[in-house]
Amino acid sequence: MITSTLEIVPGRTITQHLGIVQGSTVRAKNIGRDIAASLKNIVGGELKGYSELLGESRREAFERMVQQAEAKGANAVLNVRFTTSSVAQGASEILAYGSAVVVE
Amino acid sequence: MEYLTETWQILLVVLLLMLGYGFGRLAERRHYRSILRREEALGDLIVVCSKTLPEAAGAPATRLVMGSVVVSVDYFKRFVAHLRMLFGGRVHTYESLVDRARREALLRMQAEAKALGATMIFNARFETSSISKGQDKSVGSVEVLAYGTAVIP
Repeated sequence: MITSTLEIVPGRTITQHLGIVQGSTVRAKNIGRDIAASLKNIVGGELKGYSELLGESRREAFERMVQQAEAKGANAVLNVRFTTSSVAQGASEILAYGSAVVVE
Repeated sequence: MEYLTETWQILLVVLLLMLGYGFGRLAERRHYRSILRREEALGDLIVVCSKTLPEAAGAPATRLVMGSVVVSVDYFKRFVAHLRMLFGGRVHTYESLVDRARREALLRMQAEAKALGATMIFNARFETSSISKGQDKSVGSVEVLAYGTAVIP
């Protein structure tokens, strides 16, 4: 599976467009991480726990998008975008989307 | 009794402000030093926002790369920002926060691309979100994600 933020795959031609595919996940931060983070919040700096949490969820959203593309019979997802939004206080939704295509 | 607890509360705020100012400054300075050092080391990996590859590039392999970071602001800076919000204008204390986060995210993306043996990153994008806005006891922090397509010749 080729994934890219470009609109083309260099050196290959797109033979079929299969429409938009997406994957999303909603994650809440857990209390243990929250306590560590609120301590860190006094002195500032990187919140490693949250960095990991969001990285993990983004991979999951990305994987779901790739699965959806595979189910459609695509072999590449082009023009991939990510967005994050906070659904509720302490929970965020991560969405990955792109266009599924067949390239040869 | 009531007077006493109030005094303690004020003392606690002053203590947190001092802690935030001291350690926050120290952490920020250390972070900027590390950012500058890595920016120099990764300077040869060019990141562009253009969507099309030059003709001369031929048909290289491409891979999606990303880097992200969550950075929180310290107590002192948040206090200053709250004061600033009464009068309006530039909030310098938050500007350095988002600047640090963006540069760090970009560096992590570049490091990932470099590990894959890439020479350039095309169509790079930034995405910023606030994890929480820092109301009451919650954490005021931003997450920045940088992503793009690494070109591996």
